[in-house]
Amino acid sequence: MKTALTIALAGNPNAGKTTLFNHLTGARQHVGNYPGVTVEQKEGCCLHKSKGLRVVDLPGTYSLTAYSVEELVARDFIINEKPDVVVDVVDASNLERNLYLSCQFLELGVPLIIALNMVDVAEKRGLAINTEELGQRLGVTVVPIIARTGKGVDELLDAVLRLSEATTTPQPAFLRYGSDVDETLADMREDLELLDELRAIYPQRWLGVKLLENDEQIVQKAQATSPEAAKRLLARCDEVANHLQHTLGIYPEAMIADHRYGYIKSVMHKGVVTRKFVGDRLYTSDRIDKVVTHRLLGPLIMALVLFALYTFTFSYSTVMVDWLASFFSLINTTIDGLLPDGPVKSMLISGVVDGMGGVMGFVPIIMFMFFGIAVLEDSGYLARVAFMMDRIFHFFGLHGSSVMPFIVSGGIAGGCAVPGVMATRTLRSPKERLATLLTVPFMNCGAKLPVLTLLIGTFFSAHQARYMFLATLLAWIVALCAAKLLRMTVLRGESTPFVMELPPYRFPTIKGLFIHTWERTWQYMKKAGTVILGISILIWAMMTYPGLSDQDLAHFDAARQQAEKTYTSGSEELNQALGKIDADQALMRLKHSYGGRIGVAFEQFSQYAGIDWRTNIALIGGFAAKEVIISTLGTAYSLGEVDSDDSTSLSDRLAKDSSWNPVKALAVMVFIMFYAPCFVTVVCIAKEAGSWKWAAFSMAFNTFFAFIMAVGVYQLGALIYL
Amino acid sequence: MAKINLRKMAINQSGTIVAVKVGGELGRRIREMGLVPGAAITIKQRAPLNDPVALRVLDGTLTLRNNEADYIEVEVDLGP
Repeated sequence: MKTALTIALAGNPNAGKTTLFNHLTGARQHVGNYPGVTVEQKEGCCLHKSKGLRVVDLPGTYSLTAYSVEELVARDFIINEKPDVVVDVVDASNLERNLYLSCQFLELGVPLIIALNMVDVAEKRGLAINTEELGQRLGVTVVPIIARTGKGVDELLDAVLRLSEATTTPQPAFLRYGSDVDETLADMREDLELLDELRAIYPQRWLGVKLLENDEQIVQKAQATSPEAAKRLLARCDEVANHLQHTLGIYPEAMIADHRYGYIKSVMHKGVVTRKFVGDRLYTSDRIDKVVTHRLLGPLIMALVLFALYTFTFSYSTVMVDWLASFFSLINTTIDGLLPDGPVKSMLISGVVDGMGGVMGFVPIIMFMFFGIAVLEDSGYLARVAFMMDRIFHFFGLHGSSVMPFIVSGGIAGGCAVPGVMATRTLRSPKERLATLLTVPFMNCGAKLPVLTLLIGTFFSAHQARYMFLATLLAWIVALCAAKLLRMTVLRGESTPFVMELPPYRFPTIKGLFIHTWERTWQYMKKAGTVILGISILIWAMMTYPGLSDQDLAHFDAARQQAEKTYTSGSEELNQALGKIDADQALMRLKHSYGGRIGVAFEQFSQYAGIDWRTNIALIGGFAAKEVIISTLGTAYSLGEVDSDDSTSLSDRLAKDSSWNPVKALAVMVFIMFYAPCFVTVVCIAKEAGSWKWAAFSMAFNTFFAFIMAVGVYQLGALIYL
Repeated sequence: MAKINLRKMAINQSGTIVAVKVGGELGRRIREMGLVPGAAITIKQRAPLNDPVALRVLDGTLTLRNNEADYIEVEVDLGP
């Protein structure tokens, strides 16, 4: 026996589906992924009249074709999981367009209830809708609701319970698609009947319509079920397609769509919708748009808004970041006091606690960013940003919505690629999204800045500001060109159409904002967090093991004893001498570790870019987090501990070193800007792209790319200046 | 009445769609948003770089790139 009823929420994006879902389930929701795809599956539960309801929020779609993952996911869920009731959330203020999807549910013959949302908005625009008449003509129950306030939701659930108890199974609606298509459908009947397996799942006529629409999934399934019948059916489809193309110049799928709209028109005709006043009904939204997307004012306002989002994300979160940092350093001090020196303590401090600190350190930033983005998205402004920026980004094979991830990742120097990669979720076009999330790590994030500052300050101190600006500019150019390159090679393909809705401006609901923010943050902690912790321990081990041999240790101990004998105890000279020995030991230990050995071994390649083994080791350390490059470089130059915020000692050392010169510094800077992203970003790329393959690609592609660039800079520079 | 390409329409100009001559994903996207023959549209805005274009159809606002608008033929209303 089934204990709970399953209701699926379907509907157009912006129809208020998620608002209704949040109202129904509150915080009792769970976000997962549909198997194999990156589309989110949101599920929750609620009680109505002591009945448990399982509510599934399907991705928002305008249609039920096989063109996008979202639509396939929604369709497959409804067909395979057979929810007890499908609640189609329809925006009353844009009824005709929304009914296009409802019409397709009717053709599929699912147990349907229409939740006519935002009746208040429609009313304000002078639209009165006769819900009973509408329901009668469509043959389904229509319940007017206001999801924001919860008005009408009880009645909706009553209707859901009533429908779930009904004994009759819903029949697919019989729509006419014009004489040519209808005749073809009649001709196809015999062959369709041969597709027994498919007919058990899908309505027969619907199968015919989908074949005529050239629906990839259904065509494939038909071919797999009965190649013979499929061949005849497809030939018949081709025939009518050619005929329609010759006589009317249109495709069968256009014909079918036209007739769906015709059906909707006939349903809405006379008495369903009354317009109290004619004229433009989106008055307020249009007036805002006149200013906000204005030719000159628009970009200016956008720059301000994006800068505000950036400041909000990175400045306001620092308080929490600092709290977390001091919390974790407190734990470290405690462990330091409790445990004896040794590998366990080292692993706990440098591996586990620092790793956890690394995971948690991003949490406030991610939280603030998603809150900011949720405000922009829910209010409708994000769609305007995409609208204004699309011309530029489309040129590089991206999408107008790509601008946000780029800004967050460091488009304004000092961002972070981790929230940047996560921000690509606002993109709905798969290829553009992948290209965006693979190129955002090229931007100058906050962790690369101290490294760049160090090198610029040391070698180009006269033009610090100018070089910093050039670095930002270079990052943008390289990232966009790399995106173009990817879109012409591995992510080749037509750009996703920019047929996008500019929803009317709305005030976001506080509940929606918080649920949205929390959900994203929690997902990061749960999914990425555990992997990040594991890798963090791995990197620690790589930079620590194997330790020095007994012989080497004895050598350093002897040197220490020697120093203690030579200088008076407590004197400045003794401290200096001991410090020097500690630093030398740290260097030797680093060079001896696996990471160090790799760095030394790679010198034979990196020398073409002028990069020596010490820098190599630092770059390997930078995989943990880019600011680690400074401290590792400090150790590699046996300077002992170097703080990334105050690296004067390292700067002096590099300035004096004869192997360093401005050309080498430039090559190293270019390499640091573009080589493999830090592993936290890599993990996020894997999670967002849905496959580790892309994460591996990102590491290999970026490192190779950065190497070529660095070699180019070094060889060219050497030719000109040296 | 004159039949012109949607790309050539001016801001605030209105008209009725006559034909949408594209299939595949783009055609499907255009149609599912209500841009079908017979639909009344009004050009609302152009992006700062003149592309894409925002237009009113049914009770909503849509965006479209110029090269996507090329497939849509419109019969424009004469003067206001």
